[in-house]
Amino acid sequence: MPKRVIFLLKVVVHLACLAPFVWLLHLYQNGSLGLLPDPVNFITHFTGDWALWTLLACLAITPVRRLHTSLGFLIRFRRMVGLYAFFYATLHLLTYILLFSGYDIPTALAGVQSGHLSEVWTQFKLVWPRMWDDIQKRRFIQVGFAAWVILLLLAATSPSAIMRAMGGKNWQRLHWSIYLAAWLGVTHFWWMVKPGVMSPLRVTIVLDVLLLARLSYWAMKKIRARRNLAA
Amino acid sequence: MLFRKEPDIRSSEITPEGAFKKHSQDRRQFLASAAALGAGAFAATGFAGMLNPATKVFADTQKLQTVSSQYNVTETQTPEAKATAYNNYYEFGTDKSAPARNAHTLQTRPWTVQVDGMVAKPLTLDVDSIMKYRPLESRVYRHRCVEAWSMVIPWDGYSLSEFIKFCNPLPSAKYVQFITDLNKKQMPDLPFGFSFPYSEGLRLDEAMNPLALLTFGCYGNVLPNQNGAPIRIVTPWKYGFKNGKAIVKFHFTDKQPHTLWNDMAPDEYGFYANVNPTVDHPRWSQAHERRIDSSPFPKTIPTLPFNGYADQVAGIYNGMNLKKFY
Repeated sequence: MPKRVIFLLKVVVHLACLAPFVWLLHLYQNGSLGLLPDPVNFITHFTGDWALWTLLACLAITPVRRLHTSLGFLIRFRRMVGLYAFFYATLHLLTYILLFSGYDIPTALAGVQSGHLSEVWTQFKLVWPRMWDDIQKRRFIQVGFAAWVILLLLAATSPSAIMRAMGGKNWQRLHWSIYLAAWLGVTHFWWMVKPGVMSPLRVTIVLDVLLLARLSYWAMKKIRARRNLAA
Repeated sequence: MLFRKEPDIRSSEITPEGAFKKHSQDRRQFLASAAALGAGAFAATGFAGMLNPATKVFADTQKLQTVSSQYNVTETQTPEAKATAYNNYYEFGTDKSAPARNAHTLQTRPWTVQVDGMVAKPLTLDVDSIMKYRPLESRVYRHRCVEAWSMVIPWDGYSLSEFIKFCNPLPSAKYVQFITDLNKKQMPDLPFGFSFPYSEGLRLDEAMNPLALLTFGCYGNVLPNQNGAPIRIVTPWKYGFKNGKAIVKFHFTDKQPHTLWNDMAPDEYGFYANVNPTVDHPRWSQAHERRIDSSPFPKTIPTLPFNGYADQVAGIYNGMNLKKFY
């Protein structure tokens, strides 16, 4: 595939991945976010949903490109999409820290404007006990946070230089933990909703299909290898 | 006696058929345009339906005659548009914006309410006659959801105790159970996995507390369907899920009635459900709440014991361990 086309496609993928975030900014800008009864709840679900969907899109690239040899170029977008999953997961975490905890944003901002940068930290210390309580007590927060830590590690080791420094094998092993992150993310969703609420079902099915595709590919490869050996 | 077979005003006179049809038509048009907007703006995700909260889903409303009440809080009221666009009513979908979109399919007239169980005489009553039994008071109450958000809502109704006295329960009755309407035709998207009909209940002494409100309206208007039309319960010192909506039956009993959420997850939803900042929900702390008012972003404020109504209700629970009986 010509370089120019790849470049254009990359722009398209960036725009597609940024679209939800831009949409959120747009809703904030035109005031409709503020008109929602509970914007905090909306932002939390919005960023959480998109963290999961971008993560699943990233996991979909490998099975899709195996469908046909001409789809091999798709691999060039995998890291990008994975980094967007980290981006949305981080927004999701920030929503929790800044908006859910009761963090006093106006006071922190006023502090920054008058030159007291420490106010940001002072305000955080005020809400930290509540967050610490959550981290200790609530398993859906624990698995969600664990998923974010994994994505952080993967994002931090994503530059090619670091990949080379780590060695391909090690890097590969570490990056397999994306499956764990996806699984923890989906578990986080199930543990968060009320019993009987089925909203996490869609992501669960997609994740299962993607994992199953890998499993069957792997099994087929095994069978083929054995046949080749026998021949 | 007020509750005779023939109500003073028949339902057909309350809402002229033409007005009702026009009403439905307006609603349909609104919903169609909202859906088109949504599809264009954001086809894949289904978020778009949530984004018109300021638009009133119900184009016209019916004003209620109300008298003032001593039970008012002075905090900033939640705008009507928000209180009617955001609530839990799982018969019309599990999303909090779903009831406002879907509940228009519920036909609230004619509507009969059954009174049965341990009563002197079982009754079947027309909702309009129940509504006219006592003057409707406008009461501004705090409303605290178990999900840690809260509102301040002016409800219109009269004390449940008045109605219970009318029902004439036997001395052996200890509880009153509220059963919500279940109509698969009018609730086409009933979510799977819930043991509907919705059931809630109160101990009789709780139900007799003057704060417990038999409710027919909010913001001076007849209740919108999503808020529990035509008749619901409001117990402001308890989490919102205690408040049965669209009630079709009052059942008096001497045993603690089963309740839907207690069946679903007994460790999360107790029978008493008193607002208590010291008893956490397993998934979040109840010490704080997001107060949905007119500000663009809800503020987090401390939650008060019994939602601020301790003076009026704490006595009911003397000697009870409220950590155990949550």
